Amino acid sequence: MTATPNQQPDSERIVITGIGLTAPNGNSITEYRSALLAGKSGVSNYNIRYIGDTFAGVCDFEATRHQKKRDIRRGTRAGSVGIYCAGEAVADSGIDWDNTDTSRVGVYIGVTEHGNVETENEVHELKGYDYDTKFWSHHHNPRTVANNPAGEICLNRGITGPHYTIGAACAAGNAGLIQGAQMLRLGECDLALAGGVSESIHTFGIFAGFKSQGALATHESPEKASRPFDTNRNGIVVAEGGCIYTLERLSDAKKRDAKIYGELVGYAMNTDATDFVLPNPDRQVQCIELALKKSGLVAEQIDIVSTHATGTMQGDIQECTALRRVFGKSTNTSINNTKSFIGHAMGAAGSLELTGNLAAFEDKVAHATINVDDLDPECALPGLVINEPQEKDNVNYILNNSFGMLGINSVVIIGKY
Amino acid sequence: MTPDKIRDEVLDILRDIAPDDDITDIDDEKSFRDQIELDSMDFLDIVMELRKRHRVQIPEEDYPQLASMASTVAYLEPLMKDM
Repeated sequence: MTATPNQQPDSERIVITGIGLTAPNGNSITEYRSALLAGKSGVSNYNIRYIGDTFAGVCDFEATRHQKKRDIRRGTRAGSVGIYCAGEAVADSGIDWDNTDTSRVGVYIGVTEHGNVETENEVHELKGYDYDTKFWSHHHNPRTVANNPAGEICLNRGITGPHYTIGAACAAGNAGLIQGAQMLRLGECDLALAGGVSESIHTFGIFAGFKSQGALATHESPEKASRPFDTNRNGIVVAEGGCIYTLERLSDAKKRDAKIYGELVGYAMNTDATDFVLPNPDRQVQCIELALKKSGLVAEQIDIVSTHATGTMQGDIQECTALRRVFGKSTNTSINNTKSFIGHAMGAAGSLELTGNLAAFEDKVAHATINVDDLDPECALPGLVINEPQEKDNVNYILNNSFGMLGINSVVIIGKY
Repeated sequence: MTPDKIRDEVLDILRDIAPDDDITDIDDEKSFRDQIELDSMDFLDIVMELRKRHRVQIPEEDYPQLASMASTVAYLEPLMKDM
């Protein structure tokens, strides 16, 4: 069964025209896609204060490509990640930046959290001065205000339009994209830099919190530590990274003959309202079905579902329960997971995981979920792509799940243009 | 600490604060801001680093004394002579 996608005027249709990213296994869409198709993990050994040896997805991008050393020192890691991704996205888009009215550019960046890294660093420093607060940095407040990563992008690029971050736990990458699309449709901007960033590997508190919760992954090998859907999965590998899109109205993109990666054909966000941490598959089903309804599509038409699954025992089962209910009868839908390669990039997860799949519109390949040595029967979804990429006859629609603590759910559907 | 040594310490701090600038040939008589990209927050870094590295406390009313290398060294000399 198929349905006719909803049709809107070009001025209401939102398209992705540029992508900038840094992931633990690639610093461009080409590098990243190649790593995903080759089964290359980006997780490595990592050491952080108070925790000691653990694993993380660590990025190695050239920060000085778009930012002065002075501003790297002044700002935050999340700001640097954002500046790099925004710079790469603008370059990729082919937009004539020097002749762009930057008062009409909006910056909407999803974050899981912000300020933990900078506060922990200051407290750690302050300990060396016997907690005398006159040694507390004057940079602390501008570094920790919640809009910091988006604000640093504006400072760097001279953007004078609206900017803010979207605090949406681990649904933030999708939420940034959704916010950008909404602002374009409202006419609040003509170009949106939207997506998500994460500096979370630099805060010991994230690791310690997951560890205390029994949700921090351990394994003999870093590359095997992030293993959603595997029977022996034991938690999350924390990652840093970022992915920012240039979003435009289709009418504007057509005017400048822009390259188009895909069109945002549907999205939805909702809330569990049931638990601080545990997800609720009923609400996840509602969120996915709402996104399908908004797009005018049915489950069978979704060619690839990019799952949120983080490698926790309960969370993976809950998402699979939801997906089985929506896609259980679809013979067309392939289901994969990017965290198995890069870990959980927190605020960047939604946009990075979506982007890892966008090339499938062209190469018609669903990348795999790696590290599934012993598939958990409760996660044995039909269509799950395990360990080897899957070639498909066609890829027209990709659905990306991103869920987070406090029961925040987000789904985006991107269509081939 | 001798004036030359104090000057070296200030140069070391400036190198951290203004890593994009070449400060090798800084003119001691000219103001820092005319030669280096420094805003008010960077300037506060000079004060903070002197506090952290040498426990030198500089009251706000004395900040104008730190305008150039020559005036900074002259101001710090009595405060750092016993270090």
